[in-house]
Amino acid sequence: MALIAARDLALGYESHTIIEHLNFTVHSGDYLCIVGENGSGKTTLMKTLLGLREPYGGTIEFGEGLRRDEIGYLPQATEFQKDFPASVREIVLSGCQSRLKGRPFYGKAEKKLAEENMARMEITGLADRCYRDLSGGQMQRVLLARALCATRKVLLLDEPVAGLDPNATNTMYERIAELNKSGITIIMISHDVRAAVRYATHVLHIGTAVFFGTRDAYLRSGAGRLFLREDAWHFETPVRQDAWGFEMPLRPEGGTEE
Amino acid sequence: MTGTLSLYLAYPFVRYAFVVGILVALCSSLLGVTLVLKRFSFIGDGLSHVAFGGIAIASVLNLTHQTLLVLPFTILAAVLLLRTGQNAKIRGDAAIAMISVGALAFGYLLMNRFSTASNLAGDVCSTLFGSTSILTLTSRDVTLTLVLSAVVIALFVLFYNRIFAVTFDETFARAVGTRVEAYNLLIAVVIAIIIVLAMNLVGSLLISALVVFPALSAMRLFRSFLRVTVCSAVLSVTGAVIGLIVSIYAETPVGATIVAADVLIFGVCSAVAALRRA
Repeated sequence: MALIAARDLALGYESHTIIEHLNFTVHSGDYLCIVGENGSGKTTLMKTLLGLREPYGGTIEFGEGLRRDEIGYLPQATEFQKDFPASVREIVLSGCQSRLKGRPFYGKAEKKLAEENMARMEITGLADRCYRDLSGGQMQRVLLARALCATRKVLLLDEPVAGLDPNATNTMYERIAELNKSGITIIMISHDVRAAVRYATHVLHIGTAVFFGTRDAYLRSGAGRLFLREDAWHFETPVRQDAWGFEMPLRPEGGTEE
Repeated sequence: MTGTLSLYLAYPFVRYAFVVGILVALCSSLLGVTLVLKRFSFIGDGLSHVAFGGIAIASVLNLTHQTLLVLPFTILAAVLLLRTGQNAKIRGDAAIAMISVGALAFGYLLMNRFSTASNLAGDVCSTLFGSTSILTLTSRDVTLTLVLSAVVIALFVLFYNRIFAVTFDETFARAVGTRVEAYNLLIAVVIAIIIVLAMNLVGSLLISALVVFPALSAMRLFRSFLRVTVCSAVLSVTGAVIGLIVSIYAETPVGATIVAADVLIFGVCSAVAALRRA
Protein backbone atom coordinates (compact mmCIF):
# COMPACT_ATOMS: atom_id res chain seq x y z
CA MET A 1 0.00 0.00 0.00
CA ALA A 2 1.31 3.42 -0.94
CA LEU A 3 2.03 6.15 1.59
CA ILE A 4 0.17 8.70 -0.52
CA ALA A 5 -1.98 7.89 -3.54
CA ALA A 6 -3.58 10.58 -5.69
CA ARG A 7 -6.31 9.34 -8.01
CA ASP A 8 -7.81 11.34 -10.87
CA LEU A 9 -7.03 14.56 -9.05
CA ALA A 10 -8.33 17.87 -10.41
CA LEU A 11 -6.82 21.06 -9.01
CA GLY A 12 -7.35 24.74 -9.51
CA TYR A 13 -8.08 28.02 -7.86
CA GLU A 14 -10.82 30.62 -8.17
CA SER A 15 -13.02 28.07 -9.95
CA HIS A 16 -10.41 27.71 -12.66
CA THR A 17 -9.11 24.21 -13.18
CA ILE A 18 -5.40 23.96 -13.94
CA ILE A 19 -4.72 20.25 -13.66
CA GLU A 20 -7.03 17.32 -14.37
CA HIS A 21 -6.74 13.53 -14.25
CA LEU A 22 -3.59 13.60 -12.17
CA ASN A 23 -2.48 10.22 -10.83
CA PHE A 24 0.59 9.51 -8.77
CA THR A 25 1.71 7.46 -5.79
CA VAL A 26 4.38 8.00 -3.19
CA HIS A 27 5.87 4.99 -1.43
CA SER A 28 7.77 4.97 1.81
CA GLY A 29 11.39 5.99 1.21
CA ASP A 30 10.70 7.69 -2.15
CA TYR A 31 12.19 11.03 -3.13
CA LEU A 32 9.59 12.61 -5.35
CA CYS A 33 10.35 15.85 -7.10
CA ILE A 34 7.47 17.88 -8.46
CA VAL A 35 8.57 20.10 -11.33
CA GLY A 36 6.75 22.26 -13.81
CA GLU A 37 6.56 25.71 -15.27
CA ASN A 38 5.47 28.65 -13.14
CA GLY A 39 1.71 28.71 -12.77
CA SER A 40 1.41 25.01 -13.54
CA GLY A 41 -0.07 24.38 -10.11
CA LYS A 42 2.87 23.06 -8.11
CA THR A 43 2.05 25.11 -5.03
CA THR A 44 -1.67 24.35 -5.38
CA LEU A 45 -0.85 20.64 -5.47
CA MET A 46 1.27 20.98 -2.36
CA LYS A 47 -1.45 22.84 -0.48
CA THR A 48 -3.92 20.14 -1.47
CA LEU A 49 -1.59 17.42 -0.18
CA LEU A 50 -1.37 19.29 3.12
CA GLY A 51 -5.12 19.63 3.32
CA LEU A 52 -4.99 23.43 3.12
CA ARG A 53 -7.44 23.30 0.23
CA GLU A 54 -9.83 20.81 -1.25
CA PRO A 55 -9.25 19.19 -4.65
CA TYR A 56 -11.85 20.03 -7.32
CA GLY A 57 -12.11 16.34 -8.07
CA GLY A 58 -10.51 13.01 -7.35
CA THR A 59 -9.05 11.75 -4.10
CA ILE A 60 -5.86 11.68 -2.09
CA GLU A 61 -5.49 8.64 0.11
CA PHE A 62 -3.01 8.17 2.90
CA GLY A 63 -1.74 4.72 3.73
CA GLU A 64 0.62 3.00 6.15
CA GLY A 65 -1.05 4.77 9.05
CA LEU A 66 0.03 8.22 7.86
CA ARG A 67 -2.19 11.05 8.98
CA ARG A 68 -2.34 14.27 7.01
CA ASP A 69 -1.07 16.33 9.94
CA GLU A 70 1.95 14.05 10.26
CA ILE A 71 3.52 15.53 7.14
CA GLY A 72 6.44 17.82 7.91
CA TYR A 73 6.17 20.95 5.84
CA LEU A 74 8.88 23.39 4.81
CA PRO A 75 7.07 26.41 3.39
CA GLN A 76 8.65 29.06 1.24
CA ALA A 77 10.14 31.75 3.44
CA THR A 78 7.90 34.78 3.73
CA GLU A 79 9.18 38.31 4.00
CA PHE A 80 7.67 39.17 7.35
CA GLN A 81 9.32 36.26 9.12
CA LYS A 82 12.61 37.85 8.32
CA ASP A 83 12.09 40.48 11.02
CA PHE A 84 10.37 38.23 13.54
CA PRO A 85 11.96 38.31 17.01
CA ALA A 86 12.07 34.62 17.78
CA SER A 87 14.96 32.42 18.82
CA VAL A 88 15.91 29.35 16.80
CA ARG A 89 14.89 27.10 19.71
CA GLU A 90 11.42 28.66 19.91
CA ILE A 91 10.84 28.13 16.20
CA VAL A 92 12.06 24.53 16.13
CA LEU A 93 9.96 23.75 19.19
CA SER A 94 6.87 25.11 17.43
CA GLY A 95 7.23 22.13 15.07
CA CYS A 96 5.92 20.05 17.97
CA GLN A 97 2.64 21.97 18.16
CA SER A 98 0.52 19.06 16.93
CA ARG A 99 1.96 16.93 19.75
CA LEU A 100 0.52 19.29 22.36
CA LYS A 101 -2.98 17.84 21.92
CA GLY A 102 -4.87 19.39 24.80
CA ARG A 103 -1.85 20.48 26.86
CA PRO A 104 -0.89 24.16 27.05
CA PHE A 105 2.90 23.73 27.33
CA TYR A 106 5.65 21.66 25.74
CA GLY A 107 6.96 18.84 27.91
CA LYS A 108 10.32 17.13 28.20
CA ALA A 109 9.63 14.85 25.22
CA GLU A 110 9.00 17.78 22.87
CA LYS A 111 12.03 19.71 24.10
CA LYS A 112 14.20 16.63 23.60
CA LEU A 113 12.82 16.15 20.09
CA ALA A 114 13.60 19.78 19.26
CA GLU A 115 17.17 19.43 20.58
CA GLU A 116 17.66 16.23 18.56
CA ASN A 117 16.49 17.82 15.36
CA MET A 118 18.60 20.92 15.94
CA ALA A 119 21.60 18.61 16.36
CA ARG A 120 20.59 16.77 13.20
CA MET A 121 20.55 20.02 11.24
CA GLU A 122 23.73 21.21 13.00
CA ILE A 123 22.13 24.34 14.40
CA THR A 124 22.50 23.53 18.11
CA GLY A 125 25.06 26.34 18.35
CA LEU A 126 22.49 28.77 16.97
CA ALA A 127 19.71 27.76 19.39
CA ASP A 128 19.61 31.09 21.22
CA ARG A 129 20.28 33.25 18.19
CA CYS A 130 17.51 35.32 16.70
CA TYR A 131 15.99 33.94 13.51
CA ARG A 132 16.18 37.28 11.71
CA ASP A 133 19.97 37.47 12.21
CA LEU A 134 20.62 34.21 10.37
CA SER A 135 21.77 33.68 6.80
CA GLY A 136 19.36 32.27 4.23
CA GLY A 137 20.89 28.80 4.48
CA GLN A 138 20.72 28.81 8.27
CA MET A 139 17.07 29.93 8.17
CA GLN A 140 16.20 27.00 5.93
CA ARG A 141 17.97 24.62 8.31
CA VAL A 142 15.90 26.00 11.19
CA LEU A 143 12.68 25.48 9.24
CA LEU A 144 13.83 22.00 8.23
CA ALA A 145 14.48 21.12 11.89
CA ARG A 146 10.99 22.42 12.70
CA ALA A 147 9.48 20.29 9.94
CA LEU A 148 11.34 17.25 11.31
CA CYS A 149 9.71 17.84 14.69
CA ALA A 150 6.34 17.49 13.00
CA THR A 151 7.05 14.23 11.21
CA ARG A 152 8.80 10.90 11.38
CA LYS A 153 7.85 9.85 7.87
CA VAL A 154 7.25 12.47 5.21
CA LEU A 155 8.73 15.89 4.44
CA LEU A 156 7.09 18.24 1.97
CA LEU A 157 9.50 20.90 0.78
CA ASP A 158 8.35 23.95 -1.17
CA GLU A 159 11.25 25.42 -3.15
CA PRO A 160 13.75 24.72 -0.38
CA VAL A 161 16.64 26.43 -2.14
CA ALA A 162 14.86 29.60 -3.30
CA GLY A 163 17.07 32.57 -2.55
CA LEU A 164 20.11 30.53 -1.47
CA ASP A 165 23.57 31.03 -2.96
CA PRO A 166 25.06 28.11 -4.97
CA ASN A 167 27.08 26.85 -2.00
CA ALA A 168 24.15 26.85 0.42
CA THR A 169 22.00 25.33 -2.32
CA ASN A 170 24.29 22.32 -2.68
CA THR A 171 24.56 21.84 1.09
CA MET A 172 20.78 21.98 1.37
CA TYR A 173 20.34 19.35 -1.35
CA GLU A 174 22.91 17.11 0.35
CA ARG A 175 21.07 17.43 3.67
CA ILE A 176 17.76 16.54 2.07
CA ALA A 177 19.38 13.54 0.37
CA GLU A 178 20.79 12.40 3.72
CA LEU A 179 17.36 12.68 5.35
CA ASN A 180 15.96 10.58 2.52
CA LYS A 181 18.68 7.95 3.07
CA SER A 182 17.76 7.85 6.77
CA GLY A 183 14.30 6.69 5.74
CA ILE A 184 12.27 9.88 5.46
CA THR A 185 10.10 10.15 2.39
CA ILE A 186 10.73 13.40 0.54
CA ILE A 187 8.33 15.32 -1.65
CA MET A 188 9.97 18.43 -3.05
CA ILE A 189 8.63 21.16 -5.26
CA SER A 190 11.34 22.66 -7.35
CA HIS A 191 11.87 24.68 -10.46
CA ASP A 192 15.38 23.28 -10.47
CA VAL A 193 14.97 20.27 -12.75
CA ARG A 194 18.68 19.48 -12.86
CA ALA A 195 18.81 18.97 -9.10
CA ALA A 196 15.56 17.03 -9.28
CA VAL A 197 16.97 14.45 -11.65
CA ARG A 198 20.20 14.27 -9.71
CA TYR A 199 18.64 13.42 -6.33
CA ALA A 200 15.07 12.25 -6.87
CA THR A 201 13.90 8.68 -7.31
CA HIS A 202 10.63 9.80 -8.92
CA VAL A 203 9.55 12.85 -10.88
CA LEU A 204 6.12 14.36 -11.25
CA HIS A 205 6.10 16.91 -14.05
CA ILE A 206 2.98 19.03 -14.33
CA GLY A 207 2.08 21.72 -16.80
CA THR A 208 1.66 21.54 -20.53
CA ALA A 209 3.06 18.03 -20.46
CA VAL A 210 2.22 15.73 -17.56
CA PHE A 211 4.58 12.98 -16.53
CA PHE A 212 4.84 10.72 -13.51
CA GLY A 213 7.37 7.97 -13.13
CA THR A 214 10.85 7.10 -12.04
CA ARG A 215 13.74 9.43 -12.63
CA ASP A 216 15.21 7.26 -15.37
CA ALA A 217 11.92 7.08 -17.23
CA TYR A 218 11.66 10.87 -16.93
CA LEU A 219 15.08 11.37 -18.46
CA ARG A 220 13.97 9.30 -21.46
CA SER A 221 10.56 10.97 -21.75
CA GLY A 222 9.66 13.82 -24.07
CA ALA A 223 8.73 16.16 -21.21
CA GLY A 224 12.02 15.54 -19.41
CA ARG A 225 14.17 15.95 -22.47
CA LEU A 226 12.45 19.16 -23.48
CA PHE A 227 12.56 20.60 -19.98
CA LEU A 228 16.16 19.67 -19.40
CA ARG A 229 17.38 21.33 -22.56
CA GLU A 230 19.36 24.41 -21.66
CA ASP A 231 17.26 26.72 -23.84
CA ALA A 232 13.99 25.44 -22.41
CA TRP A 233 14.31 28.19 -19.83
CA HIS A 234 13.72 30.75 -22.54
CA PHE A 235 10.35 29.25 -23.40
CA GLU A 236 8.97 29.45 -19.91
CA THR A 237 5.41 30.63 -19.48
CA PRO A 238 5.04 34.12 -18.04
CA VAL A 239 5.10 34.31 -14.24
CA ARG A 240 1.69 33.64 -12.77
CA GLN A 241 0.65 33.80 -9.16
CA ASP A 242 -1.84 31.68 -7.33
CA ALA A 243 -4.36 33.10 -4.88
CA TRP A 244 -1.62 33.54 -2.29
CA GLY A 245 0.76 35.12 -4.78
CA PHE A 246 3.18 32.33 -4.06
CA GLU A 247 4.86 31.55 -7.37
CA MET A 248 8.49 32.53 -7.55
CA PRO A 249 10.18 33.73 -10.73
CA LEU A 250 12.28 31.11 -12.42
CA ARG A 251 15.99 31.16 -11.81
CA PRO A 252 18.04 29.83 -14.68
CA GLU A 253 20.96 29.05 -12.35
CA GLY A 254 20.37 26.01 -10.23
CA GLY A 255 22.13 22.70 -10.55
CA THR A 256 25.84 22.48 -11.00
CA GLU A 257 25.72 19.29 -12.99
CA GLU A 258 27.94 19.04 -16.09
CA MET B 1 7.73 64.07 47.25
CA THR B 2 6.88 60.57 48.50
CA GLY B 3 4.76 62.34 51.07
CA THR B 4 2.50 63.79 48.40
CA LEU B 5 2.27 60.42 46.72
CA SER B 6 1.30 58.56 49.88
CA LEU B 7 -1.21 61.32 50.59
CA TYR B 8 -2.71 60.74 47.19
CA LEU B 9 -2.62 56.98 47.61
CA ALA B 10 -4.75 57.38 50.72
CA TYR B 11 -7.63 58.21 48.40
CA PRO B 12 -9.37 55.07 47.11
CA PHE B 13 -9.89 56.54 43.64
CA VAL B 14 -6.15 57.06 43.21
CA ARG B 15 -5.49 53.50 44.36
CA TYR B 16 -8.12 52.26 41.93
CA ALA B 17 -6.45 54.25 39.16
CA PHE B 18 -3.12 52.57 39.91
CA VAL B 19 -4.60 49.05 40.04
CA VAL B 20 -6.56 49.55 36.83
CA GLY B 21 -3.67 51.32 35.12
CA ILE B 22 -1.17 48.57 35.85
CA LEU B 23 -3.56 45.76 34.88
CA VAL B 24 -4.64 47.42 31.66
CA ALA B 25 -1.03 48.18 30.72
CA LEU B 26 -0.06 44.57 31.39
CA CYS B 27 -2.91 43.10 29.35
CA SER B 28 -2.55 45.46 26.42
CA SER B 29 1.16 44.74 26.09
CA LEU B 30 0.73 40.96 25.93
CA LEU B 31 -0.89 40.78 22.54
CA GLY B 32 0.95 43.81 21.24
CA VAL B 33 3.78 41.68 19.90
CA THR B 34 1.36 39.44 18.03
CA LEU B 35 -0.56 42.39 16.61
CA VAL B 36 2.55 44.18 15.43
CA LEU B 37 4.00 41.04 13.88
CA LYS B 38 0.79 40.00 12.20
CA ARG B 39 0.57 43.51 10.75
CA PHE B 40 -2.63 43.95 12.73
CA SER B 41 -1.54 47.15 14.52
CA PHE B 42 -4.48 49.08 13.25
CA ILE B 43 -7.07 46.56 14.36
CA GLY B 44 -6.61 47.95 17.86
CA ASP B 45 -7.18 51.42 16.54
CA GLY B 46 -10.22 50.38 14.51
CA LEU B 47 -11.77 48.49 17.40
CA SER B 48 -11.33 51.39 19.78
CA HIS B 49 -13.36 53.58 17.46
CA VAL B 50 -16.01 50.90 17.33
CA ALA B 51 -15.98 50.84 21.13
CA PHE B 52 -16.51 54.62 21.04
CA GLY B 53 -19.58 54.02 18.89
CA GLY B 54 -20.72 51.45 21.43
CA ILE B 55 -20.28 53.88 24.31
CA ALA B 56 -22.22 56.51 22.39
CA ILE B 57 -25.14 54.11 22.00
CA ALA B 58 -24.90 53.09 25.66
CA SER B 59 -24.91 56.68 26.87
CA VAL B 60 -27.82 57.61 24.63
CA LEU B 61 -29.75 54.66 26.04
CA ASN B 62 -28.74 55.87 29.50
CA LEU B 63 -27.34 52.48 30.44
CA THR B 64 -25.64 52.27 33.80
CA HIS B 65 -23.53 49.21 32.90
CA GLN B 66 -22.02 50.55 29.69
CA THR B 67 -19.43 47.78 29.48
CA LEU B 68 -22.11 45.13 29.18
CA LEU B 69 -23.14 46.62 25.85
CA VAL B 70 -19.75 47.84 24.66
CA LEU B 71 -17.95 44.53 25.22
CA PRO B 72 -20.09 42.27 23.00
CA PHE B 73 -20.35 45.08 20.44
CA THR B 74 -16.55 45.34 20.22
CA ILE B 75 -16.04 41.56 20.18
CA LEU B 76 -18.48 41.32 17.26
CA ALA B 77 -16.57 44.02 15.40
CA ALA B 78 -13.27 42.23 16.08
CA VAL B 79 -14.63 39.00 14.61
CA LEU B 80 -15.97 40.85 11.58
CA LEU B 81 -12.69 42.69 11.03
CA LEU B 82 -10.71 39.47 11.20
CA ARG B 83 -13.04 37.83 8.70
CA THR B 84 -12.76 40.70 6.23
CA GLY B 85 -9.01 40.70 6.74
CA GLN B 86 -8.94 37.21 5.23
CA ASN B 87 -11.25 38.20 2.41
CA ALA B 88 -9.36 39.37 -0.65
CA LYS B 89 -12.12 41.67 -1.91
CA ILE B 90 -11.74 44.34 0.74
CA ARG B 91 -8.20 44.53 2.04
CA GLY B 92 -7.86 44.32 5.80
CA ASP B 93 -6.59 47.86 6.33
CA ALA B 94 -9.30 49.36 4.14
CA ALA B 95 -11.99 47.43 6.03
CA ILE B 96 -10.61 48.68 9.33
CA ALA B 97 -10.57 52.27 8.11
CA MET B 98 -14.17 51.96 6.94
CA ILE B 99 -15.53 50.39 10.11
CA SER B 100 -13.58 52.58 12.51
CA VAL B 101 -14.29 55.96 10.95
CA GLY B 102 -17.89 54.94 10.35
CA ALA B 103 -18.35 53.99 14.00
CA LEU B 104 -16.68 57.21 15.14
CA ALA B 105 -18.98 59.35 12.98
CA PHE B 106 -22.18 57.57 13.99
CA GLY B 107 -21.12 57.55 17.62
CA TYR B 108 -20.60 61.32 17.69
CA LEU B 109 -23.77 61.89 15.70
CA LEU B 110 -25.79 59.90 18.23
CA MET B 111 -24.22 61.58 21.21
CA ASN B 112 -24.71 65.01 19.70
CA ARG B 113 -28.38 64.54 18.79
CA PHE B 114 -29.72 62.38 21.58
CA SER B 115 -27.48 62.70 24.59
CA THR B 116 -29.16 63.99 27.73
CA ALA B 117 -25.86 64.93 29.38
CA SER B 118 -25.25 68.60 30.11
CA ASN B 119 -21.54 68.59 29.30
CA LEU B 120 -21.51 66.95 25.88
CA ALA B 121 -18.07 68.20 24.77
CA GLY B 122 -16.56 66.97 28.03
CA ASP B 123 -18.20 63.56 27.62
CA VAL B 124 -16.91 63.16 24.09
CA CYS B 125 -13.46 64.38 25.05
CA SER B 126 -13.13 61.98 27.96
CA THR B 127 -14.35 59.06 25.86
CA LEU B 128 -11.76 59.88 23.23
CA PHE B 129 -8.83 60.75 25.46
CA GLY B 130 -9.81 59.20 28.77
CA SER B 131 -8.95 62.51 30.39
CA THR B 132 -10.69 62.16 33.71
CA SER B 133 -12.44 58.83 33.68
CA ILE B 134 -9.67 56.88 35.37
CA LEU B 135 -10.03 59.00 38.49
CA THR B 136 -13.76 58.42 38.65
CA LEU B 137 -13.56 54.63 38.74
CA THR B 138 -15.93 52.91 41.10
CA SER B 139 -15.09 49.74 42.97
CA ARG B 140 -17.32 47.88 40.53
CA ASP B 141 -15.20 49.12 37.61
CA VAL B 142 -12.15 47.87 39.43
CA THR B 143 -13.72 44.45 40.00
CA LEU B 144 -14.65 44.24 36.33
CA THR B 145 -11.10 45.15 35.32
CA LEU B 146 -9.72 42.54 37.70
CA VAL B 147 -11.95 39.83 36.26
CA LEU B 148 -11.32 40.73 32.62
CA SER B 149 -7.55 41.05 33.12
CA ALA B 150 -7.49 37.67 34.81
CA VAL B 151 -9.32 36.22 31.80
CA VAL B 152 -6.92 37.88 29.33
CA ILE B 153 -3.79 36.82 31.20
CA ALA B 154 -5.04 33.26 31.69
CA LEU B 155 -5.96 32.90 28.01
CA PHE B 156 -2.62 34.32 26.93
CA VAL B 157 -0.57 32.04 29.18
CA LEU B 158 -2.60 28.91 28.35
CA PHE B 159 -2.44 29.50 24.61
CA TYR B 160 1.00 31.10 24.52
CA ASN B 161 2.57 28.33 22.43
CA ARG B 162 -0.33 28.30 19.97
CA ILE B 163 -0.34 32.07 19.69
CA PHE B 164 3.37 31.95 18.91
CA ALA B 165 2.85 29.21 16.31
CA VAL B 166 -0.01 31.04 14.61
CA THR B 167 1.83 34.36 14.67
CA PHE B 168 5.10 33.02 13.31
CA ASP B 169 3.79 30.80 10.54
CA GLU B 170 0.08 30.39 9.86
CA THR B 171 0.59 28.10 6.88
CA PHE B 172 2.81 25.68 8.77
CA ALA B 173 0.46 25.70 11.76
CA ARG B 174 -2.46 24.88 9.49
CA ALA B 175 -0.47 22.15 7.74
CA VAL B 176 0.25 20.33 11.00
CA GLY B 177 -3.39 20.47 11.99
CA THR B 178 -3.53 23.47 14.34
CA ARG B 179 -6.93 25.14 14.18
CA VAL B 180 -5.62 28.49 12.99
CA GLU B 181 -9.05 30.07 12.49
CA ALA B 182 -10.03 29.27 16.06
CA TYR B 183 -6.85 30.85 17.44
CA ASN B 184 -7.19 33.91 15.23
CA LEU B 185 -10.71 34.25 16.60
CA LEU B 186 -9.38 33.89 20.14
CA ILE B 187 -6.80 36.60 19.46
CA ALA B 188 -9.51 38.89 18.09
CA VAL B 189 -11.77 38.34 21.11
CA VAL B 190 -8.91 38.98 23.54
CA ILE B 191 -8.00 42.16 21.67
CA ALA B 192 -11.60 43.31 21.95
CA ILE B 193 -11.59 42.70 25.72
CA ILE B 194 -8.31 44.60 26.05
CA ILE B 195 -9.66 47.54 24.05
CA VAL B 196 -12.74 47.81 26.22
CA LEU B 197 -10.58 47.60 29.33
CA ALA B 198 -8.18 50.22 28.07
CA MET B 199 -10.97 52.66 27.19
CA ASN B 200 -11.14 53.48 30.89
CA LEU B 201 -7.48 54.28 31.09
CA VAL B 202 -6.45 56.16 27.99
CA GLY B 203 -9.63 56.69 25.99
CA SER B 204 -10.37 55.32 22.58
CA LEU B 205 -7.99 57.43 20.50
CA LEU B 206 -4.89 56.49 22.45
CA ILE B 207 -5.43 52.75 22.89
CA SER B 208 -3.29 51.62 19.96
CA ALA B 209 -0.37 53.43 21.53
CA LEU B 210 -0.74 51.26 24.63
CA VAL B 211 -0.81 48.13 22.46
CA VAL B 212 1.88 49.01 19.97
CA PHE B 213 4.56 51.06 21.75
CA PRO B 214 5.68 48.56 24.44
CA ALA B 215 5.88 45.78 21.83
CA LEU B 216 7.94 47.89 19.45
CA SER B 217 10.21 49.06 22.27
CA ALA B 218 10.81 45.48 23.44
CA MET B 219 11.52 44.36 19.87
CA ARG B 220 14.38 46.86 19.77
CA LEU B 221 16.03 45.20 22.76
CA PHE B 222 15.31 41.47 22.64
CA ARG B 223 15.43 38.74 20.06
CA SER B 224 13.32 35.91 21.34
CA PHE B 225 9.53 35.87 21.45
CA LEU B 226 9.35 35.07 25.15
CA ARG B 227 11.80 37.81 26.13
CA VAL B 228 10.12 40.35 23.88
CA THR B 229 6.75 39.49 25.44
CA VAL B 230 8.00 39.73 29.02
CA CYS B 231 9.97 42.91 28.34
CA SER B 232 6.98 44.45 26.60
CA ALA B 233 4.84 43.76 29.69
CA VAL B 234 7.46 45.27 32.01
CA LEU B 235 7.89 48.37 29.84
CA SER B 236 4.15 48.83 29.55
CA VAL B 237 3.60 48.67 33.32
CA THR B 238 6.57 51.02 33.85
CA GLY B 239 5.08 53.49 31.37
CA ALA B 240 1.71 53.33 33.09
CA VAL B 241 3.17 53.89 36.56
CA ILE B 242 5.37 56.77 35.37
CA GLY B 243 2.42 58.27 33.52
CA LEU B 244 0.11 58.00 36.52
CA ILE B 245 2.62 59.55 38.94
CA VAL B 246 3.53 62.38 36.57
CA SER B 247 -0.11 63.10 35.92
CA ILE B 248 -0.71 63.43 39.66
CA TYR B 249 2.18 65.86 40.18
CA ALA B 250 1.86 67.81 36.96
CA GLU B 251 -1.92 67.63 36.88
CA THR B 252 -1.88 66.43 33.28
CA PRO B 253 -4.50 64.17 31.65
CA VAL B 254 -3.77 60.56 32.68
CA GLY B 255 -4.15 58.81 29.33
CA ALA B 256 -2.06 61.25 27.33
CA THR B 257 0.66 61.24 30.01
CA ILE B 258 0.90 57.44 29.98
CA VAL B 259 1.16 57.41 26.21
CA ALA B 260 3.80 60.14 26.34
CA ALA B 261 5.77 57.98 28.80
CA ASP B 262 5.45 55.03 26.38
CA VAL B 263 6.75 57.18 23.53
CA LEU B 264 9.67 58.27 25.70
CA ILE B 265 10.48 54.66 26.60
CA PHE B 266 10.38 53.77 22.92
CA GLY B 267 12.89 56.56 22.24
CA VAL B 268 15.20 55.28 24.99
CA CYS B 269 14.97 51.69 23.71
CA SER B 270 15.72 52.79 20.15
CA ALA B 271 18.72 54.75 21.39
CA VAL B 272 20.00 51.75 23.36
CA ALA B 273 19.57 49.51 20.31
CA ALA B 274 21.40 52.03 18.11
CA LEU B 275 24.26 52.33 20.63
CA ARG B 276 24.52 48.55 20.85
CA ARG B 277 24.81 48.27 17.09
CA ALA B 278 27.48 50.96 16.92
